[in-house]
Amino acid sequence: MAAVTTTPRQKAGWGVANFVVIALALIPVLWLVSLSFKTPAAVLDPSFVPSQWTWANYSGILQSSQFIRPLINSIGIGLISTFIAVVLASMAAYAVARLAFPGKSVLIGMALLIAIFPQISLITPLFSIERSLGLFNTWPGLIIPYVAFGLPLGIYILSAFFREIPWELEKAAKMDGATPFQAFTKVIAPLAAPGMVTTAILVFLACWNDFLFAISFTSTTTARTAPAALQYFSGGSVFTVPTGPIAAAAVVITIPIIIFVLFFQRRIVAGLTSGAVKG
Amino acid sequence: MTVNAPAAAGTEAVREQAPGHKKQLSEGARAERRLGWLLCAPAVIVMLGVTGYPIIYAIWLSLERYNLELPQQVKFIGFANYGAVLSSGYWWTALEVTLIITVFSVAITLVLGMLLAQLMHRTLFGRGTVRTAALIPYGIVTVAAAYGWQYAWTPSQGYLSAAFNNSAPLTTQFQAIIVIIVAEIWKTTPFMGLLLLAGLSLVPEDLQKAAKVDGASAWQRFTKITLPLMKPAILVALLFRTLDSFRIFDNIYILTAGANSTGSVSILGYDNLFSALNLGIGSAISVLIFICVAIIAIIFIRGFGTAAPGTDSGSR
Repeated sequence: MAAVTTTPRQKAGWGVANFVVIALALIPVLWLVSLSFKTPAAVLDPSFVPSQWTWANYSGILQSSQFIRPLINSIGIGLISTFIAVVLASMAAYAVARLAFPGKSVLIGMALLIAIFPQISLITPLFSIERSLGLFNTWPGLIIPYVAFGLPLGIYILSAFFREIPWELEKAAKMDGATPFQAFTKVIAPLAAPGMVTTAILVFLACWNDFLFAISFTSTTTARTAPAALQYFSGGSVFTVPTGPIAAAAVVITIPIIIFVLFFQRRIVAGLTSGAVKG
Repeated sequence: MTVNAPAAAGTEAVREQAPGHKKQLSEGARAERRLGWLLCAPAVIVMLGVTGYPIIYAIWLSLERYNLELPQQVKFIGFANYGAVLSSGYWWTALEVTLIITVFSVAITLVLGMLLAQLMHRTLFGRGTVRTAALIPYGIVTVAAAYGWQYAWTPSQGYLSAAFNNSAPLTTQFQAIIVIIVAEIWKTTPFMGLLLLAGLSLVPEDLQKAAKVDGASAWQRFTKITLPLMKPAILVALLFRTLDSFRIFDNIYILTAGANSTGSVSILGYDNLFSALNLGIGSAISVLIFICVAIIAIIFIRGFGTAAPGTDSGSR
């Protein structure tokens, strides 16, 4: 679209560049896939393609409660956190985009502050607080911080989306006797659904990806999520390194992401870039 | 945090949004206000509860001698913990490592991200494929990717180690930091590229064409037209990338666990809590990291005039 004139040589140049980018993005992922199919003996051979193939790593981890339970935790905690964050962020973003009220800029400032907040600074105090409240090593102990860190992202994306919605519809609804709250739930929320899906995807990815909170606020598989569980894997015996199982688990937790990316790439890109480039 | 600001900022917002309601608030405006607060309240409570209160609690803890192994000896000791951290070589080494990783990974990511953005912007074929491929490093769980890098650099097991004469870079400080930086760059370049791509699409194509007709070279067009117009997008991307990189934890934890002086400040804070079980020192480190992040953000926003996202309505 943008190219002014394209000679065959330039075309070839772009083709090579495209190929390099795709290769660089995929090789580290393919390496993990390759490792996950290697037998314990083949792991000790540095070749990129397995010399001996096996499904044993996958069948092993999928039968191990050391992985299945954390996987369930990851899915459950991720979905609940995402749901709560999207609901709370939608409410706040609606207010930011549509309503006149004192303190709006404080809310936006607070969201920005949290977006750049160093999570490590919270580890010590939250660890102490969660222990005294009995939240340590529970689902809510992870859900609450995930919601808090998902909110800024949600408020930004959703307020940007909400500003684009045709607000005459809301006025019309109000004229027909709807309260502001009804105007929100009946008219605006359905129109805002695409923005909410985008937010949900990005918040879920952030929860799914988190490692620091997951290893800090859990101590057993009761609440430990999948990324935090990998380091506790053991090999088939004391003498086997768990490289294969860890690689297989890494692939299993990567697959949902790749599916997400394939299905929702437009939304992900729109969400990532909204708010960042309006300058 | 800013207790006095709401009133001032609020009147401003009201004036901006509803010029008709200047003199006195009508019943509708008052209901609108109440609804606004009501809708924001849950988000504000969660955000303050998870960050505001704990950081204040951390400041309090950092002034105490508080070791979980010696709970009877908790005592207020003023700034002694800060003295202990700031006079320790561990803190300064960790800060130095963090800054080196941040500066190099962000700088290289910016250059590569710009190239990637140009590629995604200009290429005619396989544009969708490139974008999908680029999103995979962004989306992949950092820890999963880090294991991949770790195994790739393990002597006699990894393909990269084999390609470099069976070397073991993760066992020396200098090479391990390079591996960590490479892992960071691989993970974050797509994000940078996508942010810059969005900025690039704001540069009018006509301007480029006009400059080309006037005889400007591709490089001149890039430095004189594209870069100045993209400056706001670049600064925002840099701000977020820098702060994100300064918090680096996952990659180092998996790759070296901070061995051979490769730990970042985040690794140091984590170790102090979970290995030393020292809440006082750990909190002092937390507060110091928070101050560092605040300084970086202030440099970007005040020094370079980075427009903080979300403040666009105010700046116009």
